[in-house]
Amino acid sequence: MHSIPSVRTYVIVWAILTVMTFVTYYVAQIELGAWNIVVALLIAFFKMMLVIMIFMNLKADSALTKLFAAGGFFWMILLLGQFFIDYVSRGWMPNGRMW
Amino acid sequence: MSDTHGAVAEHSEHSPHLRHHFDDMAQQFDAATLGMWVFLLTEIMFFGGMFGAYTMYRGMYPEAFASTSQYMNPLFGAMNTAVLIVSSLTMALAVRASRLGEQKSLQLFLILTMIFGIAFLVIKGFEYHEHWVDMKVPLFPGHWNYSEAPQFAQQAQIMFCFYFFMTGFHALHMVIGLGLMTTIFVMARKGTFSTSYFAPVEISGLYWHFVDIVWIFLFPLLYLIGRTKKLI
Repeated sequence: MHSIPSVRTYVIVWAILTVMTFVTYYVAQIELGAWNIVVALLIAFFKMMLVIMIFMNLKADSALTKLFAAGGFFWMILLLGQFFIDYVSRGWMPNGRMW
Repeated sequence: MSDTHGAVAEHSEHSPHLRHHFDDMAQQFDAATLGMWVFLLTEIMFFGGMFGAYTMYRGMYPEAFASTSQYMNPLFGAMNTAVLIVSSLTMALAVRASRLGEQKSLQLFLILTMIFGIAFLVIKGFEYHEHWVDMKVPLFPGHWNYSEAPQFAQQAQIMFCFYFFMTGFHALHMVIGLGLMTTIFVMARKGTFSTSYFAPVEISGLYWHFVDIVWIFLFPLLYLIGRTKKLI
């Protein structure tokens, strides 16, 4: 029915996630200007994909489940995208930058 | 053998956990997984709204929001991230054990997951206590003081309200997760699960990992951003 990832795979994923947590912690102490938030979110996104694909084992799920999971992110982008465009286009962001 | 007998024989063969509207356990399992993902999508939208509102206010008052990072303890935040990631590992191993029918290790990994989940809430409790002592709890009258940077005093309240609501809702999800794990543990003790029936373990695991993912985003957004700007 489903392939079961090995214990070794799970432990490697856990090790990567833990290392990435320390990386994001230390990178935040370095001044990178606007890149601080970009790096932090990229690391968070990478960690999320590892959890979803391996721990939640989405890669072994049916195509329909994958479609629904991808749909969640599509809806999330619509929610945030429309929200941000609304505020920025109405001039409600006097400081003119997100971070 | 008549048709009636055939039907009865077929009926008695299948797992007692197979509901009548499913063809087989595999189909039932796929439906359960899909249903859980649909629920998680509503959760994505729930937390997404808070993340969006937080981002907009941060964009409006970047200095005030950055100044609050002096009162966040990123070491606690990092420890909690590590604890949650370990709990996700033990949860994944619990699901693996249930699929392989290893009932003893399933129970062991469920217990470990609960221990790490409780450890997360204990660390969170210490953090909330620090904010309480620091007078950084605008939700309660008389527990707010930002005299270190009075120019940010009002806007910083917004940040702390977001902080308490977002971490608070996350902590509530952790408590619900612990309730789920307790239920699954009791079911495992009763010998409910087998190599053909493990869907409840699997979908509870999906929930647990989702709560972990929410924290993976909360940690950099609430604790780390703005640390390099010394505004106070």
